[in-house]
Amino acid sequence: MSGNENIKLIVDGKRLDGRELDEMRPLKITAGLLNKADGSALVEWGGNKILAAVYGPVECFPRHESNPYKAKLSCRYLMSPFASKDEHGRAGPNRRSIELSMVLGKALENVVMLEKYPRAMIEVFIEVLQASGGTRCASLVAASVALANAGIPMKDLPVAVAAGKIDGKVCLDCSKDEDNFGQADVPIALAPRNNDILLLQMDGLMTKDEFFKALDYIEKSAPEIHRLEVEALRKAYEETDAQ
Amino acid sequence: MVEVMDEIKKSYVKLLLNNGERADKRGFFDYRTIESNKGAIQTSDGSAWVKIGDTQVIASVKFDVVTPFSDRPEEGVLSTSAELLPMASPTFEPGPPSEEAIELARVVDRAIRSAEIIDMKGLFIEPEKVYGIYIDLYVLDYDGNYMDAASLAAMAALRNAKVPAYRDGTLVRDGTEKPLELKGDALEFTFVKIGGHILLDPSLDEEHSADARLTIGICGDKICSMQKNGRGALKRYEVEKMVDVSLQKYNEMKKHL
Repeated sequence: MSGNENIKLIVDGKRLDGRELDEMRPLKITAGLLNKADGSALVEWGGNKILAAVYGPVECFPRHESNPYKAKLSCRYLMSPFASKDEHGRAGPNRRSIELSMVLGKALENVVMLEKYPRAMIEVFIEVLQASGGTRCASLVAASVALANAGIPMKDLPVAVAAGKIDGKVCLDCSKDEDNFGQADVPIALAPRNNDILLLQMDGLMTKDEFFKALDYIEKSAPEIHRLEVEALRKAYEETDAQ
Repeated sequence: MVEVMDEIKKSYVKLLLNNGERADKRGFFDYRTIESNKGAIQTSDGSAWVKIGDTQVIASVKFDVVTPFSDRPEEGVLSTSAELLPMASPTFEPGPPSEEAIELARVVDRAIRSAEIIDMKGLFIEPEKVYGIYIDLYVLDYDGNYMDAASLAAMAALRNAKVPAYRDGTLVRDGTEKPLELKGDALEFTFVKIGGHILLDPSLDEEHSADARLTIGICGDKICSMQKNGRGALKRYEVEKMVDVSLQKYNEMKKHL
């Protein structure tokens, strides 16, 4: 969000990667690729590669956090030291990853039927193997598919995508450069059945109209993301059936 | 309950071995199916995603400019670390690296380092500046023998690695990168001993039933590292057998690089 004036992100009405303003990067979802985890998903979205895995319901740990009315959902988002083109990073959690783990976990809690598993715990592990802008939204999509793949009952299969502002224009699904040199970033997760907003963050500067245009773009792309999620799950179960 | 299951599985594994069988019908010195996908991570300078049966490991190689060690001022720095991701097994927990993760990183590192396949002097840039090579090993899915999967992934990632040029104080990744020069391939082979039987590439149940484990690093026709684990003892003739099998399997394993 440095808002660098020297870098043009829109040339002849097209974005640097040739996309229209309301166009998403190609999204590929693979479900059930890990064997030990109860559910898993790999999301390849633009230059992002994000692996999510779910264990659960399992016994709650630490014990004192167990709730007699519902399960605890624990979510851990981590960035690998090789996820960025820049220098080798540090392993383990940092302030950013701890905050993201929390907001992702809260978004998922809205749809996961935790009351079905009192005293238990459902664990969501998210590893960012390759990062290229929009990792939290891609992580939410991965976690959502991994939870469904684990057979955890959910009210909906949440979707997420970010919108942003580049060269003064609202655009969908910012790439890494657009994120770095653009003027705003709004990651949003929705429950596609009723467009409930489950995750909402924003940084940068936008007018009210721009913000709601960003939300329009996101709402419009939600059905397509949802379709890809369902398709990935269907494919995973068809493969299991074939065995 | 876990302990009870372990005991039942152990006796099943032993029963099978006494009949000359393994649960997945393999021969005692056969690997499970091996797959290797080089360049799986585009943000790394070299990478590989390796599967041995249901065990999956990613290795990444990344270069950085670092200060050399004061006792070796003209040599590059190799640093290997391993993560046993909690997603890989219900027994792996989040937090700082466990003993097992540290052992994995050190054993993979040792084979590569002792085989002297990387020209460390060639990584010198200028006084006080050398290339650092970071090898990251990520165990994603654990069904036994992450050691060989990690070793193969690390070697494949090194073979896949492109060294960025050093220009004006930083590394430049603009298509002028050159392949990392390597003088050979160091690969590791892991055996377990269960009630007098020796098995290559143990599955998870076999690992749990093992009295002892031995990992042997091979480079060309030489041994470049060894690591024994487990409380059981090994006989001299057993070690000899394991070395012979490792030397035989080496060329077959190299095909996956």
